[in-house]
Amino acid sequence: MSGVRIAGLTRRFGENTVLDRLNLDIAPGEFVALLGRSGSGKSTLLRTLAGLDPVELGEVDVPSRRAVVFQDPRLMPWKRVWRNVALGLDEPDPKARALAALSEVELAHRVDAWPLTLSGGEAQRAGLARALVRSPELLLLDEPFAALDALTRLRMQELVSHLWATHKPAVLLVTHDVDEAVLLADRALVLEHGRIAVETRIDLPCPRRSGTAEFAAIRTMLLEALGVHEPAAAHDLRDAA
Amino acid sequence: MSQSLTARAVPLPGRIGLGWRLIPVRHLRRFATAAVLILAWQAGSMLGFIPTRTVAAPSAILTSMITLLGSGELQQNLLVSLGRVGIGLGIGVAIGTGAALIAGLSRIGEEALDAPLQMIRTMPHLALVPLFILWFGIGETPKIALVALGAIFPIYLNLYSGIRGVDPKLVEAARTLGLSRAGLIRHVILPGALPAALVGLRYAVGVAWLSLVVGEQINADSGIGYMMMNAREFLRTDIIMVGLVVYALLGLGTDQLVRSIERAALVWRPSVIGGRA
Repeated sequence: MSGVRIAGLTRRFGENTVLDRLNLDIAPGEFVALLGRSGSGKSTLLRTLAGLDPVELGEVDVPSRRAVVFQDPRLMPWKRVWRNVALGLDEPDPKARALAALSEVELAHRVDAWPLTLSGGEAQRAGLARALVRSPELLLLDEPFAALDALTRLRMQELVSHLWATHKPAVLLVTHDVDEAVLLADRALVLEHGRIAVETRIDLPCPRRSGTAEFAAIRTMLLEALGVHEPAAAHDLRDAA
Repeated sequence: MSQSLTARAVPLPGRIGLGWRLIPVRHLRRFATAAVLILAWQAGSMLGFIPTRTVAAPSAILTSMITLLGSGELQQNLLVSLGRVGIGLGIGVAIGTGAALIAGLSRIGEEALDAPLQMIRTMPHLALVPLFILWFGIGETPKIALVALGAIFPIYLNLYSGIRGVDPKLVEAARTLGLSRAGLIRHVILPGALPAALVGLRYAVGVAWLSLVVGEQINADSGIGYMMMNAREFLRTDIIMVGLVVYALLGLGTDQLVRSIERAALVWRPSVIGGRA
């Protein structure tokens, strides 16, 4: 098992420096959440780790077995769900593997469905199964729950937490949602101007609940790093609720 | 689901009772207009308002159709015409598909093929008839070549744009799954371009019939077009009309055929799934 090592990664688009001499290590089996405002370079970093964007300057070491779950599920609409999951698998019995992964994400009843008939949550779970079936050492999650409704999102977060605990890949979760980061990650990073501006360990016991004082403290700290200053009154109201 | 709900919400109004229960009034009205027109035509012919030299009466058309079927003449010419369209369409589709794959899947192919093909496309291919007669004579070759040439472009244009229009997000996702270039083409690009290719096929079939009509007027000695040109010499408007009816039915039939291919090949599309549910 190898983790991720990034040293001095720089990425420019014309005049615009998106990643600026960025250093980051992710240990094997570590869950890292990456926060940042739009345009802070989060997606570029994830795409670089996925091998979708080239490394122009700097050094990037990533495990060879990687998988990505995107914000939109990106299933091939012309392939049934299990075929989507099995796509690109180089195995003697890809169907059995796909079915196993699909039952792990509680989608066993939809294996033969066409992707366009799936609900948003189901499609995203199929995307998760497609990533999982590759037994990735590094799982890259690019705002995977952003397009889901609140209830589905909670269930998906629980599912991801469970899958991570079972399979222990290194995870990089790109998200806008501070609660999600605190709920799931071992470590949260805030990216700003292409560098890591704030970094914090989250040593809360699992399963985590968003009501606790420690949770709120980390949450407030990360929000402030993102430039959101919550008025105290509003904060108290949240806690009361 | 919403479709079946609305269908159930309006059960009986719009349909009439007894034996006709399953035929919506809307359809009956459509048939009624056609029936009235045909009856008026028949009456006009019988009363001498419409001279047979201009157009034969519906009853005469029906009679000569039966006669032509009885003598086997119609079937024989039909087979010849079908053969020309079949072979020409086959050649055209093969060339169009090949060119679209080359231009769609490689930069060099695009540079080499796309510009010339786009230039030739702007020319009405039927205008090549005189040249084709000089090149290929007046036998089967110019007729088939005309059909083939007409079919190339709709296939090429639609498949090419279909290949180029495949969602780049899906291509990206496929790359993260470790698909090879061949795998990418087979599992993502070609299936993604298939809907556009089938639209192209439908156009190609239409153009093929059109080309055949023109081609069969080049000194043909068989085929539906020949049958019609021959009838012209004897002022047999009834046989000419039979030919027109046959062309119309052939066009309709082949279009239905391509539609059923579409339904079978694109089962994954929501419209098709919805249509089945």
